[in-house]
Amino acid sequence: MTYPPSTAMGPTTDMGQVSRLITAEGERVSDPALEGWVADVDNALLADLYRDMVRTRRLDAEGVALQRQGQLGLWAPCQGQEAVQVGTARALRESDFVFPSYRESGVQLVRGATPTQLIQVWRGEEQSMGDPFARGTAGPQIIIGAQTLHAVGYAMGIQRTPAAEGARCDEVAVTYFGDGASSQGDVSEAMVFAASYGAPVVFVCSNNQWAISEPVTVQSRTPLADRAPAFGIPSMRVDGNDVLACYGAMRWALERARSGAGPAYIEAVTYRMGPHTTADDPTRYRDAAEVEVWRARDPLARVQTLLQARGALGDALAADIAADADRLAAEVRAVCLGYRTRDPLSVFDEVYAEPHSGLERQRRAYAAYLDGFEEEAR
Amino acid sequence: MTELTMGKALNAGLHRALADDPSVLVMGEDVGTLGGVFRITDGLLSAYGPSRVIDTPLAESGIVGTAVGLAFRGFRPVVEMQFDGFVYPAFDQIVCQVAKFHYRTRGAVRMPLTVRVPWAGGVGAAEHHSESPEAYFVHTSGLRVVAVSNPADAYVMLRQAIACDDPVIFFEPKRLYHAKGEVDLDVDLADAAPMGLARVVRTGRDATIVTYGAQVATALEAATAAEDDGLSLEVIDLRSLSPIDLDTVAASVRRTGRMVVTHEAAAEAGVGAEVIAAITERCFHHLEAAPVRVTGHDIPYPPAKLERHHLPDLDRILDAVDRVLDRPHSLSEVTP
Ligand SMILES: Cc1ncc(C[n+]2csc(CCOP(=O)(O)OP(=O)(O)O)c2C)c(N)n1
Repeated sequence: MTYPPSTAMGPTTDMGQVSRLITAEGERVSDPALEGWVADVDNALLADLYRDMVRTRRLDAEGVALQRQGQLGLWAPCQGQEAVQVGTARALRESDFVFPSYRESGVQLVRGATPTQLIQVWRGEEQSMGDPFARGTAGPQIIIGAQTLHAVGYAMGIQRTPAAEGARCDEVAVTYFGDGASSQGDVSEAMVFAASYGAPVVFVCSNNQWAISEPVTVQSRTPLADRAPAFGIPSMRVDGNDVLACYGAMRWALERARSGAGPAYIEAVTYRMGPHTTADDPTRYRDAAEVEVWRARDPLARVQTLLQARGALGDALAADIAADADRLAAEVRAVCLGYRTRDPLSVFDEVYAEPHSGLERQRRAYAAYLDGFEEEAR
Repeated sequence: MTELTMGKALNAGLHRALADDPSVLVMGEDVGTLGGVFRITDGLLSAYGPSRVIDTPLAESGIVGTAVGLAFRGFRPVVEMQFDGFVYPAFDQIVCQVAKFHYRTRGAVRMPLTVRVPWAGGVGAAEHHSESPEAYFVHTSGLRVVAVSNPADAYVMLRQAIACDDPVIFFEPKRLYHAKGEVDLDVDLADAAPMGLARVVRTGRDATIVTYGAQVATALEAATAAEDDGLSLEVIDLRSLSPIDLDTVAASVRRTGRMVVTHEAAAEAGVGAEVIAAITERCFHHLEAAPVRVTGHDIPYPPAKLERHHLPDLDRILDAVDRVLDRPHSLSEVTP
């Protein structure tokens, strides 16, 4: 059998071939693949999803502002990607485990990260967000794609965990990664392992069209969702700016994994509205017109329109959501400005779990060196 | 005591670790039905089943990366890299992930992973099958690196590595898989020498030879040959390359005043360079002569027919001994 060459895609992915439940205009439409997974979503839950998206956007704006004011070393904005982050993360159970990339602030927020945890990494105070087991969520991963293997290994661990009273252990591991990451060998290796062992893992690819300056067309000539089936993993391609579609797709994927049917893959087609990080200048490589096309597809606006049309977003609720987001931002700012850097000798802590004579020697030497300054000061 | 080859001793160590602790898993290419290309995992699949002895896809980054996830979940994976030259595709996961998770999470996540590497040359192998990559891993904080040189150590140190809460890169000299020695299979880990300690395998007065792995045997041959010349050489097996037991080496050098370091790996920025620098810092006033390295050349590992020119043999070691003793018939008066 021969395969035809793929059809060329434009600079941004074709939006005609995605599953969607809320249009850019805020209209509720039907999708046969997703409908069953959102049948029980009422206005209250939709408003809750909207609330988390607003909080995520506010957090993101605060992160950018704090970086611009010199309070954070870096920030990786997620504006435009709130729907995929909130929609998928809200579908999880507390007992599921998430391995995200560095851009998933919304996922971290939904998974219970505190204001301190949300900024400490970007402020350069810590390399991670504290104990991952406390929130079932690993810290941000910088090495592109590496975390997908960790999720699969964790899922293999779930398979090897004896469940209470004979029931299957039905936790799921989830990993988030970008369109650029899809080119990494680790992501392909992760899919091989996941499929071969039928591991309970969900791959969430946030295709935000750009990997720093490289368009998705440099990573792939076919929709990314098409890759997974070649590994034996079913996939779904959804409108990543539609929180309801993301929520429904994630429920489909989680249910598959939970029931023992193995891994699933979601390509959420979305767009990064801001720079790659605060160190990036996107005007060097992308069109203002393209950004405007996506601004019209804003993930928050469409939920807001839908809720308003249903009379489910009154002034009081809207004000409460806005105040909630402002409170979060104020907390983030306060902990950021009040952060106290830990003791210098703590750089030697926790390199090893057990004593290491070489490192202990260095620690003693540096402690003595620092003590010298104190003596001088006396 | 039982006489075993090093291969069988390693196999016994894995059996014991799997039997003692249900969180221990063995994973790698061909480790199941085949029992590994060196048969180190022979019989483990039938004894412990496919959920604990896992034949993996052929993807080294995948093997180590999934082991990271399993460690996250509370398992203690023992992964086999089929050959030394194939650890490189897993290098990123080892140095960026395995080595750093404990630090990055300030102790919340432990990585009790053992990466077994059939290691180094002298077996007439094809390209990429005789590499000595230890320095890459020694240079990475967060890893422990050990190299075994005999069946008894192989059995005990493998169990210690698996029991260790830190990741251990475990080098097994292929050249010694069939070498025999006495092994105490009932040894209590609490009574055994800690994994991080070096051992003086032969005492001597005139110079100290520091080495590890298969090169320990070569150094001992050199010491025996030197005896005929009236020389008394001390031989130290480092056993652990991170940390390096500098106390044991320094105590020896303070007595002998002279040191030769030998390993198969290339000289440049290698373990020998580290040992000499550290000992010079500590024992400068005890040294009677500049320490000398005897190593593989700074070249890609040569074709099998030429490898004997690469591997430091007894004569090259004795030549270096002559140099540190300032003996007239040294072949290499000139510092390379
Ligand atoms: C292994 C690796 N290579 C390169 C980088 C530098 N880098 C950081 S982010 C990035 C682009 C990633 O793009 P994508 O996966 O699409 O995710 P996005 O940032 O768009 O969310 C690159 C090249 C890295 N962090 N890791």
